[in-house]
Amino acid sequence: MTNMLDQVFVLLKHRIVGLVPMPVQPILGAVLSVVAILAVFPGLFAISVLLERKGLGRMQNRIGPNRVGPLGVLQPVADGIKALIKEDLVPYSADHVVHFLAPVVLVVVVFMGYAVLPMGRNMTFVPMDAGLLFYFAMGASAELSIFMAGWSSRNKYSLLGAMRAVAQMISYEVPLLLSSVVIVMMTGSLSLDKIVEVQNQYTWGLPHWFVFTPMGFAAFVMFAIAATAETNRSPFDLPEGESELVAGYFTEYSGFKFAEFFLGEYVAMLSISGLGATLFLGGWSAPLEILNVVPSWFWFFAKIMVWICFYIWMRGTFPRLRQDQLMNFAWKFVLPMTLLNLLVAGLWRFMGEGWLRWVVCSAILLAAYVLGGRIGMRSKKFGPRSYRYAE
Amino acid sequence: MSPLSCYLLVAALLFAVGLAGALTRRNAILVLIGIELMLNAANLNLIAFWRYGPHPEALTGLMFAVFSIAVAAAEAAVGLGLVISIYRHLRTVDLDEISRMKG
Amino acid sequence: MVIFAILAPLTVAGGLAAVMLRNTVHCALAVAVAFAGLALLFLQLNAQFAGFAQILVYVGAVAILVVFAILLTRSSETPATGVFSKTWLTGLVIAAAVFAVLAWAVLGSRTALPHEQIEPQIAVAQIGYALMGRYVLPLEIVAVLLTASMIGAVIVAMYEKGGAK
Repeated sequence: MTNMLDQVFVLLKHRIVGLVPMPVQPILGAVLSVVAILAVFPGLFAISVLLERKGLGRMQNRIGPNRVGPLGVLQPVADGIKALIKEDLVPYSADHVVHFLAPVVLVVVVFMGYAVLPMGRNMTFVPMDAGLLFYFAMGASAELSIFMAGWSSRNKYSLLGAMRAVAQMISYEVPLLLSSVVIVMMTGSLSLDKIVEVQNQYTWGLPHWFVFTPMGFAAFVMFAIAATAETNRSPFDLPEGESELVAGYFTEYSGFKFAEFFLGEYVAMLSISGLGATLFLGGWSAPLEILNVVPSWFWFFAKIMVWICFYIWMRGTFPRLRQDQLMNFAWKFVLPMTLLNLLVAGLWRFMGEGWLRWVVCSAILLAAYVLGGRIGMRSKKFGPRSYRYAE
Repeated sequence: MSPLSCYLLVAALLFAVGLAGALTRRNAILVLIGIELMLNAANLNLIAFWRYGPHPEALTGLMFAVFSIAVAAAEAAVGLGLVISIYRHLRTVDLDEISRMKG
Repeated sequence: MVIFAILAPLTVAGGLAAVMLRNTVHCALAVAVAFAGLALLFLQLNAQFAGFAQILVYVGAVAILVVFAILLTRSSETPATGVFSKTWLTGLVIAAAVFAVLAWAVLGSRTALPHEQIEPQIAVAQIGYALMGRYVLPLEIVAVLLTASMIGAVIVAMYEKGGAK
């Protein structure tokens, strides 16, 4: 019974695909998977927008949207209708073709990333040998579309926002990749399915997730920071800093195209949470061995939603960084720490089994983080702000 | 025409296009773009020869292409750094105007 | 072959647009299209790793660098003096001659080439073993080269205090 429930989507797909003649079957299978991805993630997008608005409201001591539907749960629907029926304005001097292409490219590229994420047991759209590389290749292509949006709008705020976004994304992509390399070193594979399989083992009922190893935990922290910056979320949301840049690179977008950017942003957030969950939190594997009765896909989506709630919490808590602090933090703290982490992962590999490697690796990482953090806090570059003129 | 010669022709065309770009444009950045295109055409050649060659399992062509991608990235970074530095000194990136040897 | 017939013109068109368009930013975007087309051609040739690396490095990094350089050097406006150099005719003739020679060589050596081959199935792990085994020296040299070029690029492009005119 649990097995049936676990594989319910896979079986359903097989059943539907079996209805058509043989040559059409692979095409129909692909179409079904694409439709499923295109249906599920925008749905999750609506839920996370609602969660964010309600949760942020609570954190800021207000109620949040409460007019549409019971307790305001239909707010995303209302937002969607509003975005669709608004007039689509294009600035007179904008570069029309590029202006039109930018949101399309963004949404397409962001959705392509889902092709390699294992969303449950046997639930990867394209089980690719170089899945992780594919994911990062798609993530890197999103930068160009953001530049296209900012540049084609012929608006200085858009351009500034786009340049900030691109500079930030390119800087944080390096630690993002390097912190994932640790996991690749530990599994010896770039395939995300393989990475989940390695983590889906239990000792005394506890899972072998990479977040529970010293360098896995360090990589997880760095990955979470880099992922937040990569998706332009608060506290790294300078590209769309409302107080300075109106809305950043999508200032000149309205109606459906604006909705596309909004969707692209949240879907990218969901997908990078999915990647983080896959790499560090065991993907679809259950947190305890006895919880394996719950279907695997449930765990994957639960982990994504937990990650999203964490994002919302951070947004409600931290103040925004300054541009120079952001860059210094990326290049002078996160990057050296991820490089050290790679070294420690190599050490872990060569120290063999036993408790000694746990002690040594944890000690090195802890010492480095404490030392780096202390020195960093003391330097003016990314330490706490000092208000010289405020009394 | 065999598939290999198709790929080689495309690579040759791309190389010629890149060469034309590098030789005819005034903007230094576009000259760099032309050079990148030429490098890419060479990569396509390497991979096509690897795919249709007698020993694909030896990985030679593929490795060559991967290393060439890495080297091309270094080349682009240094080249664009130079262009920016030139712009700072001379306030132009027009190659027809940058004719002085004295900085 | 059908996919090749779509991808090859796309790639060449991207390259042509990159060298012919008047607006510099359009050129950069067109060259990104050409890079992406080439990556797809690599995939078509069973070189998955090289294709993804191509997208990651070229579309994700080189195209962005080019765009940054364009905006930092204020060359996004089309200059009044024209975009092609004074010696454009010579350049064009040289390029055409190079293409003619290459095409002649390719078409002439057709009989000497093997025709159909079994498709090589290369796992990424094999590439990894090759990189760490037989090709470890080139790998180290590339690592040194990349570090050196990174430092070099930073030093060359770094703001000089008072030195700039």
